Amino acid sequence: MIKNIPFAAAIGLFFTSLYFLAAIFAPVIAPYGMAEVVGGVWEPASADHLLGTDNIGRDLLTRMIYGGQTTIFIATMATFISFTTGSVLGFLAAVLGGWADQALSRFVDLVMSIPSLILALVILSVMPVTVPVLVLVMGLLDSTRVFRLARAVAVDINVMDYVEAAKLRGEGRVWIIFREILPNALSPLVAEMGLRFIFMVLFISTLSFLGLGVQPPLADWGGIVKENKDGIVYGIGAALYPAVAIATLAISVNLVADWVLNRTTSLKGGRG
Amino acid sequence: MGPTMTLVAQRLALGILLLFLVSILIFVGTLILPGDVAQSILGQSATPEALANLRAELGLNEPAVTRYFDWLGGVLTGDLGTALTNGRDIAEAMGTRLSRTLFLAFWAAVVAVPLAIFLGLLAVRYRDRWPDKLISAITLSTISIPEFLIGYVLMYFVGVKLGWAPTVANIHDGMSLGQKLHTIALPVAVLTLVVLAHMMRMTRAAILNVMQSAYIETAELKGLPMFQIIWKHAFPNSIAPVVNVVMLNLAYLVVGVVVVEVVFTYPGMGQYLVDHVSKRDLPVVQACGLVFAAVYIGLNMIADIVSILANPRLRHPK
Repeated sequence: MIKNIPFAAAIGLFFTSLYFLAAIFAPVIAPYGMAEVVGGVWEPASADHLLGTDNIGRDLLTRMIYGGQTTIFIATMATFISFTTGSVLGFLAAVLGGWADQALSRFVDLVMSIPSLILALVILSVMPVTVPVLVLVMGLLDSTRVFRLARAVAVDINVMDYVEAAKLRGEGRVWIIFREILPNALSPLVAEMGLRFIFMVLFISTLSFLGLGVQPPLADWGGIVKENKDGIVYGIGAALYPAVAIATLAISVNLVADWVLNRTTSLKGGRG
Repeated sequence: MGPTMTLVAQRLALGILLLFLVSILIFVGTLILPGDVAQSILGQSATPEALANLRAELGLNEPAVTRYFDWLGGVLTGDLGTALTNGRDIAEAMGTRLSRTLFLAFWAAVVAVPLAIFLGLLAVRYRDRWPDKLISAITLSTISIPEFLIGYVLMYFVGVKLGWAPTVANIHDGMSLGQKLHTIALPVAVLTLVVLAHMMRMTRAAILNVMQSAYIETAELKGLPMFQIIWKHAFPNSIAPVVNVVMLNLAYLVVGVVVVEVVFTYPGMGQYLVDHVSKRDLPVVQACGLVFAAVYIGLNMIADIVSILANPRLRHPK
């Protein structure tokens, strides 16, 4: 099993797990406290501060580690909400068919006809910007994409013989969805999950950068860019570290998702 | 009326219907949410009098349906209301900003579209060899980085370290076109990079799709050189999908503009929207949201109409 992992996927897995471990054990590995002022403004990298300090003298490595924790936590929760809502509604639409399917699908078309960043900004203009609200707004907006995929997959599966058999033996809809469709739709959904997760990381970073995401003193990667962006014009690159972090996380999750996708499509009966 | 015109008319009607529904969605999105809008605008420490005043000003005492139709009627006659924060007319403030945003997006498109098509053709020509792999590796990594980070990376290296372009895109009407272009060089570069990746990959896929056809094989067997096959045979047949790709990405540009404007403090629509979201200036946010949605829906509609018009099967009804 382990031997069969291609090189690119192994690198992806390594970095992805590294980031997740750093996020989980943030308080243990971070050298200083999250909002602790420990030095001067924008000190260069030194033995005490491996990445230097930020705009008010906090240790940048510490901020990055805690920032990763916040970003990854929010992105994971939002992906979870997006998948549970999107796939359950998508399966329901496929199984029920008729007007329920029409109503759900047309509503999703409507929501997707506006860029999700614009819709998120409109909604956040009247909502208190807190972590649960952010997770909910991002998750629900993104669930439209999962809905489309889940519905497309489930419509195909719904006409398979084994589903027909289950219907004929008189199984209920809940059984059909969770015992017949879900196991067979899982692999395309899991591959999609990687992409949605990256999208969530980019989404929350963008919102925080615009000042409408995670609020200070809590750290997150987009927020670190916002806090340190003024240093750029003086030639201080503190705002660029999150770029490296986000890009490497996104690329490594992509590599893993590609690998999962390739494995599932090579299986017999997998969807192309 | 031929089947083409019928389809185009249907698509136009659908676009207008969609726009109408989106206006409802935007209105309801700022309405149904829990809590009192006036309270969340003014904060917890607001006095009851201030709350009552704001409610009256927003018309919150009237039923939602009345307010929606008042708002919609205003929008249709070009009256977007006044901003809560400074009491200025929104349509007026938005006019100049919208033209600046379109200016930025236009130049980004002028650079990105030919470049994307050229790179797409190049990738097809050298498929699975190093130029193709290099292009796809670079585009994959630009997709993985959010727009604002590309912006700061360019600002740091090109703007500050090399000093080739201004880091703040402070544009005003007194500038000549050359000065303006120099000022927006960096934002245009960022927007180009952002859409280039998607556009190039989709172009590559669209042309590769055409390359599988039998007439391409015939041309190959005739001994035509590869670039001539692509240029003379594959490209004309892939115009429809490529135009579709271009339009979809221009729509994507609309979103990129919001972030890039904030990065380079470019005084356009995006910055206007973001500023007023954090100030919770509801009328401005609604108006901006509607304009962005309208541009997005419009471009998508044009993409669909072009692919209907370019479909030869519809031009010759049975």
